[in-house]
Amino acid sequence: MAKQVPIVDYLVLGDDPHLEAHECTACGAIYFDHRNACAKCGKTEFGTRRLGGTGVVRSFAIVHQAAPGVPVPYVSSVVDLDGGGCVKANVVNVEPDPDKVSLGMKVQFTTFVAGTDDEGTEAVCFGFEPV
Amino acid sequence: MSEAVWVLGASMTKIGRYPDNDLVGLASEASLNALADGGVTIEDMDVLAAGTQFQMGGLGQQLQKQIGQTGIPVYNVMNACATGATAVRTVYMSIKAGESDMGLAVGAEQMGKMGLLGQAPRSEKNVYEPSGRYGAVLPSDGWLGSGTMPAVFGQAGMEYAYEHDGVGFEQFAKVAEKNHAHSALNPLAQYQKVFSLEEIMDARVISYPNTLPMCCPTGDGAAAIVLVSDSKLKTLSLEQQKRAVKVTASVLTSDPWTEAAQVQPDVNTLTRNAAQQAYETAGIGPDELDLVELHDCFATAELIHYDNLGLCEPGGAGAFIDSRAPWRDGSMPVNVSGGLLSKGHPIGMTGAAGVFEIATQLRGEAGDRQIEGAKVGLAHVIGLGSACGIHVLEKSAA
Repeated sequence: MAKQVPIVDYLVLGDDPHLEAHECTACGAIYFDHRNACAKCGKTEFGTRRLGGTGVVRSFAIVHQAAPGVPVPYVSSVVDLDGGGCVKANVVNVEPDPDKVSLGMKVQFTTFVAGTDDEGTEAVCFGFEPV
Repeated sequence: MSEAVWVLGASMTKIGRYPDNDLVGLASEASLNALADGGVTIEDMDVLAAGTQFQMGGLGQQLQKQIGQTGIPVYNVMNACATGATAVRTVYMSIKAGESDMGLAVGAEQMGKMGLLGQAPRSEKNVYEPSGRYGAVLPSDGWLGSGTMPAVFGQAGMEYAYEHDGVGFEQFAKVAEKNHAHSALNPLAQYQKVFSLEEIMDARVISYPNTLPMCCPTGDGAAAIVLVSDSKLKTLSLEQQKRAVKVTASVLTSDPWTEAAQVQPDVNTLTRNAAQQAYETAGIGPDELDLVELHDCFATAELIHYDNLGLCEPGGAGAFIDSRAPWRDGSMPVNVSGGLLSKGHPIGMTGAAGVFEIATQLRGEAGDRQIEGAKVGLAHVIGLGSACGIHVLEKSAA
């Protein structure tokens, strides 16, 4: 099996792929990148938190025009995760058609290979598919 | 309480594409015309604020070399699509602080055919190495949602549609139908072409629900505003006093923390905060406005700002556009200039152009697009990142 790397560092691969966020220990605010201090409360201590694998589509747009090299059309969305947090991702494994995607639709976490580099390493991406 | 601030002069270039001119040339044209419009010269200015988003290197000082180097303080400002409003507010604050009697604010941009904004650059290198704040091995745009503007604002519209009944693709398209129709009356607009609702809905999709005529164009242009203190205005001619327009609120806000805004811009919260501050400062409610210029970078954006600015019943933006209230002959005319969708949106210019449009309407000098009897108007812009600027203007009682 080819070597795999996550497309972003908040995607944890392995037998049980999931998202992991930085969580402010004082107020519980969640961030996918390192923050020097919490943007919500200003405190500086963070832990890690595993995020849920199911949620609902909070917003979407169907992108038909993108940068060269990006396959279109695709469904760009923000998903509200069950158990807290929200994440930006594509809705995948669905026809990119306004009649097939709906706001409030229940979705679940999934991963797929987004590309392979010149050394054969695969970049693994995550998305959300209809339940 | 510090003294009132007035618009004394205002000007904007026609928005378009000027490959034979440059940013400083456009800014100079707007500045000289605004000074002449106010009956003053650069020698009368105590402060200059100049804004542009895409060109580095001190537009304000470059502008001085074209219109007059008088040694006054220059502030170069950059605040995304709120850049022009930030320039106006910078001069406003200087007068409010008592440091200046008069000042010039300029917003300018030369974008040419810049194309889709917000797309990530692609690298030719093809060995995966984590980089940046998210340890990304690939440009994530397109794989983890989209940061392109038509998609970001499309999603903002769809989120509103999710939360409120009676909002969908057709309501968003009606916004574009209105603004393109309005622009036919504005000789300063980049485009003056009317589209039917069917043409808009059947047009090429950029990011659903935004089709091509539901997205603003890129373009070039500049707008300039001369502001004056109340006490200085009283020393000027009666004609200048009659044409002066009072700035009853000048507000700038940024994003307060919200959870969803950590992953996708939230254009609502800071607009609502700015609107509340603006209405309180001006001492009016939205029902007292005679016209509004708001930030319709995409048709979806205008619809949600009806609600954010309190122009419609809470949750009622769909019914508001269905009722034709924001058309120029409706109860609350919105974007009678043609808006960003058709007047155009040279990023750094836009905030000053909105103030120009409201001032021109309140002076009764808007020609074919004049809203008769307009006395109070509001200009709103939002730049992603985010910054929201609102100016409320009132017609002179003189």
